[in-house]
Amino acid sequence: MKVNESVALEHGLSKSEYKKICELLNKTPNITELGIFSAMWNEHCSYKSSRLHLKNLPTEGKKVIQGPGENAGVIDIGDDDAIVFKIESHNHPSFIEPYQGAATGVGGIMRDVFTMGARPIANLNSIHFGSPRNKKTKNLLRGVVRGIGGYGNCIGVPTIGGQTCFDESYNGNILVNAMTLGLVKKNKIFYSKAAGIGKPVIYVGSKTGRDGIHGASMASAIFDEKIEEKKPTVQVGDPFTEKLLLEACLELMAGESIIAIQDMGAAGLTSSSIEMASKGKLGIELNLNKVPCRELNMTPYEIMLSESQERMLIVLENGKEKEAKKIFDKWNLDFSVIGKTTNSKKIELFYDEKKVADIPVDTLVENSPMYDRKWKKSKLPKKNKLNKDNFKSLKILNVLNKLLSNPNICSKEWIWEQYDHTVMGDTIQKPGSDAGIVRVHGTNKAVAASVDSSASYCYAHPLTGGKQVVCESWRNLISVGAEPIAITNCLNFGNPEKEENMGEFVECVQGIGEASKYLNFPVVSGNVSFYNQTKEEGIKPTPSIGGVGLIKNYTDMVTMDFKKVDNIVLVIGKTEGYLDQSIFSRDILRVKTGPPPEINLFNEKNNGQTVLNLIKKKLVRSAHDVSLGGILVAVSKMCIKGKKGLEIKKPKKLINQFEYMFSEDQGRFIVEIEKENYKQVREILEKNSVHYDELGIVLDKDIVIDEKTKVSIDDLIQSNNNWLNKFMEA
Amino acid sequence: MNSSVIIFPGSNCDRDMDVALKKFGFKNKMIWHNDSELPKNDLVVLPGGFSYGDYLRCGSMASKSKIINSVIKFAKSGGLLLGICNGFQILTETELLPGALLRNKYSQFICRNVFIKINESENNYFKNINKNILELHIAHNEGNFFCSTDQMKRINDNNQIAALYCNKDGEVNEKSNPNGAMNNIAGIFNKEKNILGMMPHPERMIDKYLSGDDGSIFFQNLLSNLK
Amino acid sequence: MKVSTIVTLKKDVLDPQGKVVHQALNGMGFNNIKEVRQGKYFEIEIDEKDKKKAEEKAEEMCKKLLANLVIEDYKIIGSQ
Repeated sequence: MKVNESVALEHGLSKSEYKKICELLNKTPNITELGIFSAMWNEHCSYKSSRLHLKNLPTEGKKVIQGPGENAGVIDIGDDDAIVFKIESHNHPSFIEPYQGAATGVGGIMRDVFTMGARPIANLNSIHFGSPRNKKTKNLLRGVVRGIGGYGNCIGVPTIGGQTCFDESYNGNILVNAMTLGLVKKNKIFYSKAAGIGKPVIYVGSKTGRDGIHGASMASAIFDEKIEEKKPTVQVGDPFTEKLLLEACLELMAGESIIAIQDMGAAGLTSSSIEMASKGKLGIELNLNKVPCRELNMTPYEIMLSESQERMLIVLENGKEKEAKKIFDKWNLDFSVIGKTTNSKKIELFYDEKKVADIPVDTLVENSPMYDRKWKKSKLPKKNKLNKDNFKSLKILNVLNKLLSNPNICSKEWIWEQYDHTVMGDTIQKPGSDAGIVRVHGTNKAVAASVDSSASYCYAHPLTGGKQVVCESWRNLISVGAEPIAITNCLNFGNPEKEENMGEFVECVQGIGEASKYLNFPVVSGNVSFYNQTKEEGIKPTPSIGGVGLIKNYTDMVTMDFKKVDNIVLVIGKTEGYLDQSIFSRDILRVKTGPPPEINLFNEKNNGQTVLNLIKKKLVRSAHDVSLGGILVAVSKMCIKGKKGLEIKKPKKLINQFEYMFSEDQGRFIVEIEKENYKQVREILEKNSVHYDELGIVLDKDIVIDEKTKVSIDDLIQSNNNWLNKFMEA
Repeated sequence: MNSSVIIFPGSNCDRDMDVALKKFGFKNKMIWHNDSELPKNDLVVLPGGFSYGDYLRCGSMASKSKIINSVIKFAKSGGLLLGICNGFQILTETELLPGALLRNKYSQFICRNVFIKINESENNYFKNINKNILELHIAHNEGNFFCSTDQMKRINDNNQIAALYCNKDGEVNEKSNPNGAMNNIAGIFNKEKNILGMMPHPERMIDKYLSGDDGSIFFQNLLSNLK
Repeated sequence: MKVSTIVTLKKDVLDPQGKVVHQALNGMGFNNIKEVRQGKYFEIEIDEKDKKKAEEKAEEMCKKLLANLVIEDYKIIGSQ
């Protein structure tokens, strides 16, 4: 096939990009070379629209061993142990084929983690679907949940947490973000940087088929009516092979033979080989006839761009091939020496003894395009003047029941019961908690992780929203007694070529950066997913933040269930009664305008650190952060989990009851304490200038607001559990 | 006491079982499916997981692996053979236990705590156990026990039902059946009661910080019966 | 009419199950196997006497439910 501008355009390259390629190569590329450029230069691999802004994120810290730029980030958790973690999107493939799309998303992120030498110990996910009224939503949800479970369960890694949201802005673009944490010894971390000349380049894992050719380009394309035609590019996941690959790689890694290792993810053999060469400032020469293929007559173009799953590329020490092959034979996996490192700084491909591609590595990486896209700053919307007289027609318990059964608040047990969350025998906090927790096997340490997003806040004001998501992640970790260490982010946005969407991205990233810097909660890994757009409709800006924290002694962990009748319940942090963008405003009052609640980073940090301090002093019996739905929803969940009730006192301050119960002021926690510790707790709070209110006393089985307003926990459980079960049954 | 846990490609509860056995005092060895000989043992365990990816039928290909002949020989000579979850599925595929494990009734993977009632305690697994209703964890997609009417008659005649799904008060009813298993069967023995297959995972419930602690009772009791 | 249909993965789509069955058969001593691909077989009894109409209905069922056309093909293999 002859390459010209129109072929380049079909590959998703722009005219100017094609021109640049011809200039860099000083010739017209052949089709294989063009394919390689299109894969390396598309948004998914090159971060061409986002790189400029991502540079501003804080990525360093005392506990950061590896920040962004590797397969995953790495943090130090003491005693020579490190946690490797990352979140990644698989949005477009999951919309096209929800089961396989979600499954291969989970498979991909786990490979990113064990590529670095870490055994995966926990999975999480953040999934966003369209409105429940959209007729596609149910099947997409069912397929995605089965896919996530189908892969993670088979590998035997517990899924310990996640988040599921519904919003009509995802009707045509669902989001599937998968996160994995792995455990590794600090001196056994593997990187993708090749080193040394003439070292063998090894292909291991599954055979290469025609799966997913141009998947990475698809991930960077806007959906249109022709979506059906894009279907054949979806890959099929094989978790069984990945389990074998995981065990085989870890077995090989226990020795000293690996120089560099990289999984073949998006853009397969192309991006993995080029990445290794680029990081090592080397060249790589590959003989494509040696690549194990599943199908006949695969062309160099297809071999290089295939996205067949469960494959790895390894640079070995000379002479270690035999030893390595023995391990992969034992696990029944393909093993083939397909090339070697060179000093040419070029990627040179041979097929049937002919050179089929010859490209300087730096043209693909350093010289890849970087755009300073136009973006529009968003204005802070005007605050709403809510007419409180309208509240008089509302009954507080009706509102509570409605909110507890709201798709975005209700129990997601139907989902996480389909995920194996207890395999590996170290899960000490399950899904449905503020954060999932797994013990570091054989030690007293435990690792907590949560994943959060707040698209409505980000949509209303990206800068504030970006800050808020980071703060919520920080609060979730603190609520279980973990010291927050670092985050990974999955940035899901619309079309970066549109100023509004690009503006949302820029300002969300700015917000994330400000908050993570202030809280000393650096970003160590992440991924950007643009073009979540169907025709003109983009999704709400949705950064998903995966936070990771450490509990030094897991017996200090705190759960959110109320523990004992007569214990005192406090709200930490000030309740101003801020309703704009709260779920109460949006879903009960149907007011969707206004700015999101303000973030005061000083208060966030001070309140959070003080709560953590109380937990470390063993003064807190249960804790939960106040988020969507405000105080009343938060305590209802604590009541439901603990099968206890609560007598709620009238607030001291003159504030409308609905504002008090449902406002979403930030920086707040609910904590349960023993009566005899109250004095000590008060002293600590006052010494640290932390605002607190006495909220009430734990009861046996009812929530009592006043004499006329009370509700049994059994009724609340019904409201909370029924919606999703009924939705999926219908 | 000596035990062995067999690792098949795709097993994923092998380590958990190893940890549990060692915690309660077994000297455990891990045995690779491609080996042909078993060491001398008091107990052999087929662990949970997805041997061979659960492809074709759960347990079907593991039941044809090299080590299985030794395992069958060991069990036929009266050795204690325990299959948990996928291990139970392998035991039915080798026909060491009757019946089959079908897809769960609601066609979904289920991961949650359940209660089981011990139905038959004249055997080395449950003799002298001090708790009749155990809270254990299940995590499976194919745990729906099925067998023919003839098989069921023999199972009943020989008291082969080991444990039944029940509620926390020990009532065995449809509501307490998580997967549609025939007669709420959670586990069965062979006629001689040295082979036990069950869906629940005692190895995931071995201290109070996990989903529960009743697995400890199972292992402690098993060990003391063997002493 | 009873219509029989087979659903298989498309030729180019990876069939993890077939691959593993292949390996297991090899391990059991069945040599000379080139490839194993696994499919699903359905017998659908339709209250319809006309063969052509019955097969058309079955075809529609394949398209709408039995086969996932993203990754699978179907074939009506007979009716009686």
